[in-house]
Amino acid sequence: MTDKKNKPRTIIPIGPYHPLQEEAEFFKLYVEGEKVVDMDIEIGYMHRGIEKLSESMHYDQSAFLVERICGICSNSHPFAYVNAVEDLAGIEITLRAKYIRSIIGELERLHSHLLWLGLAGHFIGYNTVWMWSWKYRELVNDIFEFITGNRQHYAMMKIGGVRRDIENKDITQIEKMCDDLIPVLNLFKGAVLDDPVIHARTKNVGILPIEVAIDYCVVGPTARASGIDIDIRRDDPYAAYNLVPWNVIVTKNGDVFDKAVVRILEMYESIKIIRGCLNGLLKEPEGNYDLKIKEIPVGEGIGRHEAPRGEVFHYVRSDKTNRPARHKIRAPSYVNVPSNQYAVIGQTISDAALILAAVDPCYCCTERVAIIDKQKNKKIMNGFDLIKLSQEKTEKLRNK
Amino acid sequence: MKLLFEFIIFPGFIFTAILGMLVSWIDRKVTARIQWRQGPPLLQPYYDLEKLLIKETIIPENANALIFLISPLIAIISTTIVSLIIWKTIFNPQSLFIGDLIVVIYLLALTPIAVILGASASGNPIASLAASREMKLFMSYELPFIFSILVPVIKAHSIKLGEIIIYQQSTGMIFNSISGILASAIFLITIHAKLGLVPFDIAEAETELAGGVFIEYSGTPLALHKLNRIMLLFVVPVFAVILFLGGMHPFYTGILKYLVVVVLIILIKNTNPRLRIDQAIKFFWRRCTMLSILAIILAIKGF
Repeated sequence: MTDKKNKPRTIIPIGPYHPLQEEAEFFKLYVEGEKVVDMDIEIGYMHRGIEKLSESMHYDQSAFLVERICGICSNSHPFAYVNAVEDLAGIEITLRAKYIRSIIGELERLHSHLLWLGLAGHFIGYNTVWMWSWKYRELVNDIFEFITGNRQHYAMMKIGGVRRDIENKDITQIEKMCDDLIPVLNLFKGAVLDDPVIHARTKNVGILPIEVAIDYCVVGPTARASGIDIDIRRDDPYAAYNLVPWNVIVTKNGDVFDKAVVRILEMYESIKIIRGCLNGLLKEPEGNYDLKIKEIPVGEGIGRHEAPRGEVFHYVRSDKTNRPARHKIRAPSYVNVPSNQYAVIGQTISDAALILAAVDPCYCCTERVAIIDKQKNKKIMNGFDLIKLSQEKTEKLRNK
Repeated sequence: MKLLFEFIIFPGFIFTAILGMLVSWIDRKVTARIQWRQGPPLLQPYYDLEKLLIKETIIPENANALIFLISPLIAIISTTIVSLIIWKTIFNPQSLFIGDLIVVIYLLALTPIAVILGASASGNPIASLAASREMKLFMSYELPFIFSILVPVIKAHSIKLGEIIIYQQSTGMIFNSISGILASAIFLITIHAKLGLVPFDIAEAETELAGGVFIEYSGTPLALHKLNRIMLLFVVPVFAVILFLGGMHPFYTGILKYLVVVVLIILIKNTNPRLRIDQAIKFFWRRCTMLSILAIILAIKGF
């Protein structure tokens, strides 16, 4: 790095392996003393060739595959994927399936936001918030276990409906479990929004003004905290989101504190949506949740879903075989992470660590890269080569 | 020979280390219970130390090896002497020399200096950044720290620890006065910075600097640094009890007072996020220094 202002610059690396974030990523912070003057973002440590793999599987298997993209928003990718395939084939699912999809989607938002809240506490050294938040996240996981049998990777999304029904006799129990979450949310709302030291650490830190946020095309809570009023659930309604009453939470300042506020208040809205959907379920006949789709016609479709981190986008093209001819995925962190480049400039390293985490980045969602030779502008490896590489390595390990 | 025994075994190194591990276990257990966790077994601090001791010691290529390795030793020796002085005073308030309080203050200041030295010698940019943080922090908390100690000194008219204890035994503990409450509160806050605990663990800052000052340490030197922290966690609350709460006599109430101080430290540690370095400096230089000066004025006026 050239010395522009004749001040000594040091590079503070955050990553590829760093206690800040559990996934591999690399933020190169150029610092003068404590102040961050520039930042490079390097991602691409987590490539797994999911899109290519998806093209080698048939439509139903792909739903399971994309569920494994991310452990936290494990429902978002299949949700967007089934939306895409249904758009392609022109399928209109039953109302019951719509309600169930929305319930799962919102429960996932609850647990993901609680998880982020805990991590954010950990990043500012407030480990008590971390542990408490994750303890209460168990309540959400319990609801998941009750509904789907799984705590993560619920495998509920299916082309033409959902895989399991929520029986009417269980609905009171689920409603009671949702009620138990309200005091928890009140607790965190009080603990986080009224704590003076948390205010000191997060207010006016890492401000992302609305113009910059629009330039970087950020999505989800990151955008809504900056005052951009977008939410795929409302703007492009799918599943049951236009059938129940709820609000989009938008704040103005775009600092870390507002990002926390948006997430905490969104959890209340999620519970509202879940309650509305449960009420809707009671009016629908039981068992009518799957259309049993057999054929996918030629065509292309897009599917969007407001994941906990923002809009996740899937594109699927079909050539009348039983597998997607092309499957393209764009995860929300892919647009949210670059916005850090603006937000950290001029902040201290302590704040930078928090700002980097405030967009709730999810790298394993983000990364689907191809390795390219820069000089010749040619792809060196595609997904198959990578699979072959990994198979060779496994073989080597076995023969040892 | 007697001095050597005192230094190495009782009440010096081994005594402090063992009780330090016990306190460290209390810290971890209480923290765990606050956070709805189970917490480690009683011997966990010892297991951690033992494991570190048998690990390989790696010295970075561009480090100044001598300073890098000697700094944990400086820290641990100074902490041991502090423990020695404090415990000798507790057993026999008349046994030591005039001015031992000043020696204790100096020796307690050696730990951060040794940490800064070691971090700067390691040749790692993160460690140097952490060293600069530790330096700023050290310079900001030291003044209110000493000012708060001045209150018992003014009250007892002595810079001898033993006489402070004797004064408190005859006229009641210093905590019973307004200036005493103020000074002990400031003392409690500044020792958080001294012990490197949240909200002032800015120099270690695991999630920002990945261990900060200790980032290049491994094996035995790291074990010594950690042991030094543990010993300080044991010694400094005892120091607080002597200065403000009337010493460790009689022994049962002494232990009770000590546990109250330790639990207070743990509670503050667990109910606050880490501050930024500029916020910490502002906090110490403005609020803490002002309040400690106020405490001194009150003490002179006899409150």
